[in-house]
Amino acid sequence: MKFSNAPFEKNVLLLLIGTLITISIGGIVEIVPLYTIESTIEKVEGVRPYSPLELAGRNIYIREGCYVCHSQQIRSFRDEVERYGHYSLAAESMYDHPFQWGSKRTGPDLARVGGKYSNEWHVAHLIDPRAVVPESIMPGYSFLAERPLGYEDIAAHLEALRITGVPYSDDMIANARADLEAQDDPDADTDGLLARYPKVVIGDFDDDRGPLSEMDALVAYLQMLGTLVDFTRYGTQDLQQ
Amino acid sequence: MSQTESYNEDVVRQFVVATMFWGIVGFLAGVYIAMQLAWPVFNLDLEWFSFGRLRPLHTSAVIFAFGGNALLGTSFYVVQRTCRASLFGGSGLAQFVFWGYQLFIVMAALGYVLGVTQGHEYAEPEWFVDIWLTVVWVAYLVAFMGTIVRRKEPHIYVANWFYLAFIVTVAVLHVVHSLSVPVSFLGAKSYSLFAGVQDALTQWWYGHNAVGFFLTAGFLGLMYYFIPKQVDRPIYSYRLSVVHFWSLIFLYIWAGPHHLLHTALPDWAQTLGVTFSIMLWMPSWGGMINGLMTISGAWDKLRTDPVLRFMVAGIGFYGMSTFEGPLMSIKAVNALSHYTDWTIGHVHSGTLGWVGFITFGAIYFLVPRLWGRDSLYSEKLVGTHFWVSTIGIVFYIVAMWVSGIMQGLMWKAYDSLGFLQYSFAETVDAMHPFYVIRMLGGLLYLIGALIMVYNLWRTVRGDVLRPVAAAA
Repeated sequence: MKFSNAPFEKNVLLLLIGTLITISIGGIVEIVPLYTIESTIEKVEGVRPYSPLELAGRNIYIREGCYVCHSQQIRSFRDEVERYGHYSLAAESMYDHPFQWGSKRTGPDLARVGGKYSNEWHVAHLIDPRAVVPESIMPGYSFLAERPLGYEDIAAHLEALRITGVPYSDDMIANARADLEAQDDPDADTDGLLARYPKVVIGDFDDDRGPLSEMDALVAYLQMLGTLVDFTRYGTQDLQQ
Repeated sequence: MSQTESYNEDVVRQFVVATMFWGIVGFLAGVYIAMQLAWPVFNLDLEWFSFGRLRPLHTSAVIFAFGGNALLGTSFYVVQRTCRASLFGGSGLAQFVFWGYQLFIVMAALGYVLGVTQGHEYAEPEWFVDIWLTVVWVAYLVAFMGTIVRRKEPHIYVANWFYLAFIVTVAVLHVVHSLSVPVSFLGAKSYSLFAGVQDALTQWWYGHNAVGFFLTAGFLGLMYYFIPKQVDRPIYSYRLSVVHFWSLIFLYIWAGPHHLLHTALPDWAQTLGVTFSIMLWMPSWGGMINGLMTISGAWDKLRTDPVLRFMVAGIGFYGMSTFEGPLMSIKAVNALSHYTDWTIGHVHSGTLGWVGFITFGAIYFLVPRLWGRDSLYSEKLVGTHFWVSTIGIVFYIVAMWVSGIMQGLMWKAYDSLGFLQYSFAETVDAMHPFYVIRMLGGLLYLIGALIMVYNLWRTVRGDVLRPVAAAA
């Protein structure tokens, strides 16, 4: 049989369909199994949806384009594990819409930055990075401290995420606003918040006793990154995909 | 074609002007953010000027505004001539595509500066901008395919295969990757339908094929038309064109996972990505050979024709970066190169060298013809542009090779006691001289483009620079 390209050159519809089929194969073979193979996401406990304040902080992280300089994906190398902590699991970003693994480390990886520095350090660093790290080339984000956090529609954010598959319960959505405010208030009654979002970090993140700022939300997000899974409970065997 | 029907060149002229305008904007943004990395004071501590917001502005301006306008404009020029038919849909549809695309660019750019972003690299615009682009893109497909249907040539010319694959594949990538749930229909914010590891691969399926189909297949369309035109010779091998086309579009789609090596992406997907990335070397070089060999027998023109020099150097950079790409997708190399400036250098050898140079060549070819001039204002200035830009690229990519490999090695360095030798901050400090050199390289490239704008402006005015020696 002699192959000829002529039919594709004489009929534009055939060229279109031939192209569509040719370009579809690779994507289908690579992406579809990520949804069907159950071991793609490791079976670990602790990963939960973001608390409303963490989510608001994450949206600021995305808005400011932090991901263009900071990765959130620790590769399985000795130096990375020693520098940043346990290598990242797929499970740890299973509720990340969108993912923020990043592609460039102009600054260090942030996948496990949670709990490594104090709130005060983060606030000082975000306001003036070079006051804390002289070699830093990070932009200053002093405006975050002054700007009140907009969170009137936070419940709608949780609802939108529920449509994409994040397991926010009715209870979580009904309490979204109250939970958001309680997380930044050391004096609040936080039993409900802790029950809904285990391990949630509570505190006045920017320590100004004033109204919730964007700084509060961003620091709340940074302080929870990589803290949800207890790696003392799992061996390498348990984490195989 | 009949005497009454004429090619629509108005819209091509508009696209040429838009290409140069957005090119300057994009290069300027690039130089500015390069300055921010060298001297962070340029972030001004203002949200609208911070690197995190300006970097997407730079990447989108050069890829989608500069590159996009070049592709849309040249495709409208090429499809009419190779089909001997005027543009389908007439002036109305063409104007809708032009102004619709400019509106997309302005909406996207304003969004970045104001912090409206989906947080997906190279696909930052929010849901409402995505929907608008989809409408414009469908109109573009209709105008392009409609013209092919009306052709008076029996065969569809090879350049049009590549343009069509670019249009169709970008449509598929854009629509799937942009799927998201808006928080409200009156607000800008939305959440991607995909999460975590699936989102990561969808992103790089999109992202790598934005390279493969926007920056490669589309610009190969330029190569297959403008190189033969400029040297006045047919394409070297028809058979190679056929193999090049089908193998390139088949293999490219698989290569996305090489952006996610050693991550939480399952190993089988990583291995598939690496395998196809290495195979991709072959069609890439096949295409390069087809372009270069078209010039065989007319190599002497390289000495006298600076426009051809741009095109040939562009193909050279294409060959270099499509060799470097498979190399960097090998797991052992990627372990060092990933997350470093080496990737940035690699991208820029492809974009500044290949995309930029083949575009400059095509525009130098087009402007005298579109504005009815006998020649460019000055071929000597084209030569100056060529050397200024080339030196700029060399500064840029060499600085990034050195800084990337150096930083990768510093991250992995251990001292004699078995501790990590360098803190992260020390590696940042070590980058500074290379960030200054990179900024200078980008500045040279920008200066080259400004020389080009001046040359084109004088050409459009109808001026011709006569060599002084000849006059005396």
